[in-house]
Amino acid sequence: MNLYVLLKMVPDTVEELNVSADGQSLDSEFLRFKLSEPDDHALEQALLLKEKHGGTVTVVALDAPEVDDVLFTALAKGGDRAVKIPIAQAGLGTAASAGVLAAFFAAPGAITPDTLLLPGSQAIDDLEGELAPLLAAALNLPYVGVVCGVQAADGKATILKEFAGGLRAEFEVALPAVLGIQSAEKPPRYVPVAKVRAAMKSATIDTAELAPPDRPVQLDIARLYKPEAAGRAEMVEGAPADVADKLVDVLAKHSVV
Amino acid sequence: MANPILVLAEQVRGELADITFEMLGAGRALAIASGAPLYAALLGSEAAPLAAKLGAADKVFTVEHPHLDLAPAGTVAAALKGLVDHTQAGLVLLGCTNVSLGIGSMLAAHSGLPLVNFCRAITFQAGTLTCTSQLFGGKILSDVKLADGRGIVSVYPGAFPVDAGKHDGTPPVEKVDLAVEAPKAVFKRYVEPETGDVDITKQDVLVGVGRGIQTQDNVQLAEDLAQILGGAVCASRPVIDQGWLPLSRQVGKSGMTVKPRVYLALGISGAPEHWEGMQNAQCIIAVNTDPKAPIFDGAHYGVVGDVLELLPVLTEKIKARKAT
Ligand SMILES: Cc1cc2nc3c(=O)[nH]c(=O)nc-3n(C[C@H](O)[C@H](O)[C@H](O)COP(=O)(O)OP(=O)(O)OC[C@H]3O[C@@H](n4cnc5c(N)ncnc54)[C@H](O)[C@@H]3O)c2cc1C
Repeated sequence: MNLYVLLKMVPDTVEELNVSADGQSLDSEFLRFKLSEPDDHALEQALLLKEKHGGTVTVVALDAPEVDDVLFTALAKGGDRAVKIPIAQAGLGTAASAGVLAAFFAAPGAITPDTLLLPGSQAIDDLEGELAPLLAAALNLPYVGVVCGVQAADGKATILKEFAGGLRAEFEVALPAVLGIQSAEKPPRYVPVAKVRAAMKSATIDTAELAPPDRPVQLDIARLYKPEAAGRAEMVEGAPADVADKLVDVLAKHSVV
Repeated sequence: MANPILVLAEQVRGELADITFEMLGAGRALAIASGAPLYAALLGSEAAPLAAKLGAADKVFTVEHPHLDLAPAGTVAAALKGLVDHTQAGLVLLGCTNVSLGIGSMLAAHSGLPLVNFCRAITFQAGTLTCTSQLFGGKILSDVKLADGRGIVSVYPGAFPVDAGKHDGTPPVEKVDLAVEAPKAVFKRYVEPETGDVDITKQDVLVGVGRGIQTQDNVQLAEDLAQILGGAVCASRPVIDQGWLPLSRQVGKSGMTVKPRVYLALGISGAPEHWEGMQNAQCIIAVNTDPKAPIFDGAHYGVVGDVLELLPVLTEKIKARKAT
């Protein structure tokens, strides 16, 4: 199979996020980036499919801080080829990113009859929409999102899509197709740092030159801001033993102790 | 903003989902503020009996075609585009749900209308429509302005009250004939939820654990607390994805919706997809090392601290209190 995984860097939300002075973007000074979590699952799903059916896994990313590490990590995990598009992801809305990636896949030979494009289902900054359906629309390919399982056979994929309440449904789709991956069938694999270092020494990241988008952002963003402190929780403070005492009182108030 | 507002009714297994009424309520408020009519779009072969329940809309437009039953986003978006053209709708509301995910993006790509995702509030003031969205797992909000009130808005479940969108009256219904292409992804069968050992939707007390619990072994600390409280342990998605607890214990968008008397959120950041599953708990107690964690915006009680440190102490204290 010809498997492509689209990797995107997002701010690590464990860190404090601040809005820059213009009120339009995040203050990049202290931002730490990490791979968008569903994209990590998409990579794992691609590697599982390759192990079962053979083929190649190509990881593709726009330029972003720390993205080289992520691309080399993907190669160390079993990816065959890494491609970086030297257009900065920062400042691009999802629609513009989808446009750039659609141009990448429009190159002759990129999409073969056994191709699956595997972006993550959604990213935490997808204000303009998700990459997977936007890419599918641009390339006129079938799309299913919130995917948590993929089986392939005879030019088709059988996909498990999540609904609510633990309900899932099976869909069948002819390849080539775009699947927005939510969870891989197994937790993303761990790769030792030594292997990543080895990949950094032996492997290369290819570059694909493409035209930057005309309209980096589609939406008229008036402002970004932090949620107001109003309505926040009543904070319980003190040493663990004091906190526990106070929580027991709360639990007693709600008649569960 | 004189163009109609069109709400995409969402159905699961022949029932209208709550999000449909939440959006109709939100749409009605906008309709009153702007003077635009409020329409509902209902797609699929079983549309007729459901249309009668959409009395909050001024009119319901149906496209009745078997291709639209459990159709993929592309097929739904194409039909919805047909209805947008037919009704001249300027604003489309749809659910930020697993069922509808991707429809808004596809409709945006085909119609040229901008999409605003992750929306929690919509206001119409002095001729300007502003959508407030939750980004970065709830850590940042954004206000987006839609020129002339034109656009597609994907609305989070739980952002608007259900009751505001429920009306007894029977709405006028127009059946629209549209050519519907065969879907490119075909529904095969449902895979029913695993029935677990415990039904977390029936518990008075839930001890919810998130990534902050750090290891599978630590889940036992939460089990101990749940046991002494006569409740059960549930979890956020990363804990389930790691295989530390079964899928039947997942709370949130893809998991269960729970309404216990007390919900302890331990090492859970409070991302919107988790929040929508437990927001109606009577009492939410959050424990998190990050004082800026979004869970504190909605919880009733908050503790900034390490759950691994607090859990054993809390369990012991409850044992002691029970013994007295
Ligand atoms: C389509 C879709 C469907 C989804 N469905 C669901 C769903 O059904 N349910 C769900 O939960 N999520 C769902 N998600 C995922 C959701 O977006 C979040 O990624 C997820 O809820 C985060 O889980 P978490 O809070 O455990 O992890 P994180 O966001 O990583 O938060 C971990 C928290 O633990 C804190 N912490 C770390 N160490 C400690 C410690 N020692 N003591 C105390 N606190 C600590 C950190 O400060 C942080 O706030 C879905 C996402 C998508 C896109």
